[in-house]
Amino acid sequence: MFSRRKTESPEINTPELDNVPEAGLGYHIDVWWWLVALVAGVIAILAWTKPDPYWRIILFVRDGIGMTALITVTSFVIMIFVGMLGGLGRISTNKFIHMITTLYVEIVRGIPLLVQLIWWYFAFPVIIRNLGQATHIGFLANYEANAVLLAIFGFVFCYGAYMSEIFRAGIQSIPKGQMEAARSLGMSYFQAMRHVILPQAIRVILPPVGNEFIALLKDSSLVSAVALADLTRRGREFMAANFDPLQVWTMIALLYLVMTLFSARIVNYIERRTKIER
Amino acid sequence: MKDNKDPIIKIENIHKHFGKVQALRGVNLNVNRGEVVVIVGPSGSGKSTLLRCINRLEEYDSGKITVDGILLHGAQNINLVRQEIGMVFQSFNLFAHLTVMDNLMLAQKIIRKRSPEEARKIALDLLKKVGIPEKLNAYPSQISGGQQQRVAIARALAMNPRIMLFDEPTSALDPEMIKEVLDVMTDLAKEGMTMVVVSHEMGFARAAAKRIIFMDEGQIIEEAPPEILFTSPKQERTKRFLSKILNH
Repeated sequence: MFSRRKTESPEINTPELDNVPEAGLGYHIDVWWWLVALVAGVIAILAWTKPDPYWRIILFVRDGIGMTALITVTSFVIMIFVGMLGGLGRISTNKFIHMITTLYVEIVRGIPLLVQLIWWYFAFPVIIRNLGQATHIGFLANYEANAVLLAIFGFVFCYGAYMSEIFRAGIQSIPKGQMEAARSLGMSYFQAMRHVILPQAIRVILPPVGNEFIALLKDSSLVSAVALADLTRRGREFMAANFDPLQVWTMIALLYLVMTLFSARIVNYIERRTKIER
Repeated sequence: MKDNKDPIIKIENIHKHFGKVQALRGVNLNVNRGEVVVIVGPSGSGKSTLLRCINRLEEYDSGKITVDGILLHGAQNINLVRQEIGMVFQSFNLFAHLTVMDNLMLAQKIIRKRSPEEARKIALDLLKKVGIPEKLNAYPSQISGGQQQRVAIARALAMNPRIMLFDEPTSALDPEMIKEVLDVMTDLAKEGMTMVVVSHEMGFARAAAKRIIFMDEGQIIEEAPPEILFTSPKQERTKRFLSKILNH
């Protein structure tokens, strides 16, 4: 009667949670925080000891860092909702919804992200303008591409597809009995999803979703191809004016590195928090 | 008012296929209010499928099931019917992310619209009834299988169901934990709960069941009160099955 974990049924376990690589190695976390500090330190020392060009570079690309953060964070928040809807669509028993979401995922995954971003920025506005001319709606006919908006749209559209697959896998990893138990208590499909399935799936989904955030942070450098003054673009502008590629691109690389390492620590922290709660 | 003499569950000529396999071939069964019916049969005989058709966790191909006067097929709101039917599973299926207390409170709050205080009180009373009031803050993975199954029974009872379905409730349990679950079920039967139980626990069947149903190959082969079915079964298939499970 007092035996713990004696008759654990595989049905109520989520083994994915127990296999998180760093689970139980709490003391390793500090080591990796030191790496963040180390890279930040290198940046600070460079800026302190050789303000020309390093401090000048930092000042010059400062607004680019802001743009990179804005694009990344905004896209990420929106794509979580897109991913959740897409994931639910992928497991839907409604044939039409299932077909639409599957089509979306397959199309998006088959086109390079850079091509997608360029398409949204250069090609999509043409469609809008043609549509406006055909329907004689003035503001559509004169539509001007908004680089920030279309870049966010492009990222959400692309990453939303990958996110859908993560949500689908996460939801499907929850044993079928959980849904059956909820439904047999009288909950609707969506009540069961909201109160029983998704809260459990989130813990499975968190590590891959965190990795997507870091991948997105790096991929955001692609927007420099569509006239957006992000960190990469600002680096190129500085180089064009000063002709010191070694220093500029070393500093840009270090700035990306400190951002991704820091994000990885935050993701890791959240993962451990949700695990302990169990 | 519905006539209380009417069967609370009426199953008429149910057929069900899983792909090419025919799981149920024309099953007819009535269960009266307050009756405890135990369904036995070899694995693959369709007994669990039949049980799961009663709250439509499984759809059936043809036939009619009426629960408390409501025709299940095409029921406008199956969720309303399910609120009146508690179900206990072989694998417990407690919500793994919630404590014992929250497992008992969740559906009360969102389906029965009870206040947290009211739901909590009902949950505590039920935990006392199933004998584990001290585990209210434990997570399912922290308690034994027998305790989990008792919590699962309490969770179903918290909705004040009129019918309880049990799908092999002790099959996943270690032998020393089977009794604690069967005791709870026997108490429930004594209180007059309508119960349909798929189980091979012959002790429980003898003590609590009014009728034993023997199923094989998707059909009901024989039904009788336990003292008759266990001692003098009429059908050859029933004899063979009983000799296997009673003599080991």
